[in-house]
Amino acid sequence: MPRVTWILKDGKQISADVPVGHNLMEAAVANNVPNVIGECGGCLSCATCHVYVDPDWYQKTGKVSEMEDEMLEVTVAERKPLSRLSCQIQSAPELDGLILHVPYI
Amino acid sequence: MPDPIVIVGAGQAGVALAAKLRTLGYDGPLVMIGAEPVGPYQRPPLSKKYVSGELAADRLLIRPPGWYAEQQIELRLSAAVTAIAPAERTLRLDDGATLRYDRLALTTGATPRPLPAEMGGALAGIHTIRSLADADAIAPELREGRRLLVVGGGYIGLEAAAVAAGKGLAVTVLEAAPRILQRVAAPLTSDFFRDLHRRHGVAILEDVALAALAGKGGRVEAAQLKDGRRIETDLVVVGIGVTPNDDLARAAGLAVENGITVDERCRTSDPHVFAAGDCANFPWRGTRTRLESVQNAIDQAEHAAAAMRGATAAYDPAPWFWSDQYDVKLQIAGLNRGYDETVLRPGKRPGSQSVWYYRQEALIAVDAMNDGLAYAFGKKALEAGRSIPKAVAADPAADLKAAAAG
Repeated sequence: MPRVTWILKDGKQISADVPVGHNLMEAAVANNVPNVIGECGGCLSCATCHVYVDPDWYQKTGKVSEMEDEMLEVTVAERKPLSRLSCQIQSAPELDGLILHVPYI
Repeated sequence: MPDPIVIVGAGQAGVALAAKLRTLGYDGPLVMIGAEPVGPYQRPPLSKKYVSGELAADRLLIRPPGWYAEQQIELRLSAAVTAIAPAERTLRLDDGATLRYDRLALTTGATPRPLPAEMGGALAGIHTIRSLADADAIAPELREGRRLLVVGGGYIGLEAAAVAAGKGLAVTVLEAAPRILQRVAAPLTSDFFRDLHRRHGVAILEDVALAALAGKGGRVEAAQLKDGRRIETDLVVVGIGVTPNDDLARAAGLAVENGITVDERCRTSDPHVFAAGDCANFPWRGTRTRLESVQNAIDQAEHAAAAMRGATAAYDPAPWFWSDQYDVKLQIAGLNRGYDETVLRPGKRPGSQSVWYYRQEALIAVDAMNDGLAYAFGKKALEAGRSIPKAVAADPAADLKAAAAG
């Protein structure tokens, strides 16, 4: 199972195995990652699952859809070039080792 | 051992309240009581991806099953509270047990308004959609070639209509008001969704009320309309609103009026009892409001948790809502109550648009259909307490981002 690590603002790390096909917002919520909320349940309506993808991994997380791009305008923490909504990233074998940085909100 | 904080109602608000109490450092005993046999889950997908079969039940859980023990939250399921005695700070459960509390939080939610039995509401084949059990009951009924009548053209009814149409049912939506979504949206938004549904083959009947449902062998088979028409059907979904679950509070002598009356700190009329979510009626911007949404369930519950810990800030929500129908994502920012003017902003993609609500020239809400930018910048402006001029909102070439930033 792909292993994903969230790095919090204070440097604390949370790692978890995420079943393939589950999105990384639900994985974050399941593993008590603070500040990844997922208020809309992952239907691309709320932007509360915003993360910064580690630069080494960004390309592998796939393309940002037009709607996600629009929703990244409404994040609480500043949007950066590596910003993604984690509900739009699905766990997959090629993401084993993925590192996500959690914004402070 | 001190008495616990007890949360009655294991939904979005209950979980948010419990989680926030722990985050804020409350390490005392915490009990959450839920009437349903399953742990807290998300309700919005029930009428969308769950009933359509795209999302499994375990994906609905708000927290994984092990979370409650990890957080030292005693989750009591299939348990109903039958009475609260605020003077004694106790509550009674349906198994006869009595539980003492230090603080009590009521996050009891709301219940779909049923069709009265004298209108045929007790027949088999009639569904509401609020709980997992409701969705599980309707899912196997949604089979290609059958006929579905949706009573009530609000969001939940229209979502059910969209799922059923997608599964090949012949769907009719019946709305007693002059237009669908009348209670919650402007005519421009009603028009958009009427067109959308008609393009998918759904019959939308407006301004015509149901007289009664008729059955055969105890199961619904037709609807008699007040204009004399009769519509044959195989099943019915009733989406005519919800009523707040405030009976317990009322019976306990707490102040209740269209929900459990709370102040800006989520306190009920008893100093040890708090309420949040769909069931709570709170003061906001000079009036009293009850919001039925995930946003309010979470934010108000977190506010209640903070208030229990001594915070004194007033709850000042930034309401938002969403609905998914076919390939259309509707996002709503703000609250359009009392609007006196709307403007339409065409989106940049085919079929995308937004409706901007104004009251006395000030922006109060936006309905965005497949237009994330309109939603995003409308929401930003509203949260910053800024208006976006109507001329800017109506002009698809105008820079919303700059206008929202002020």
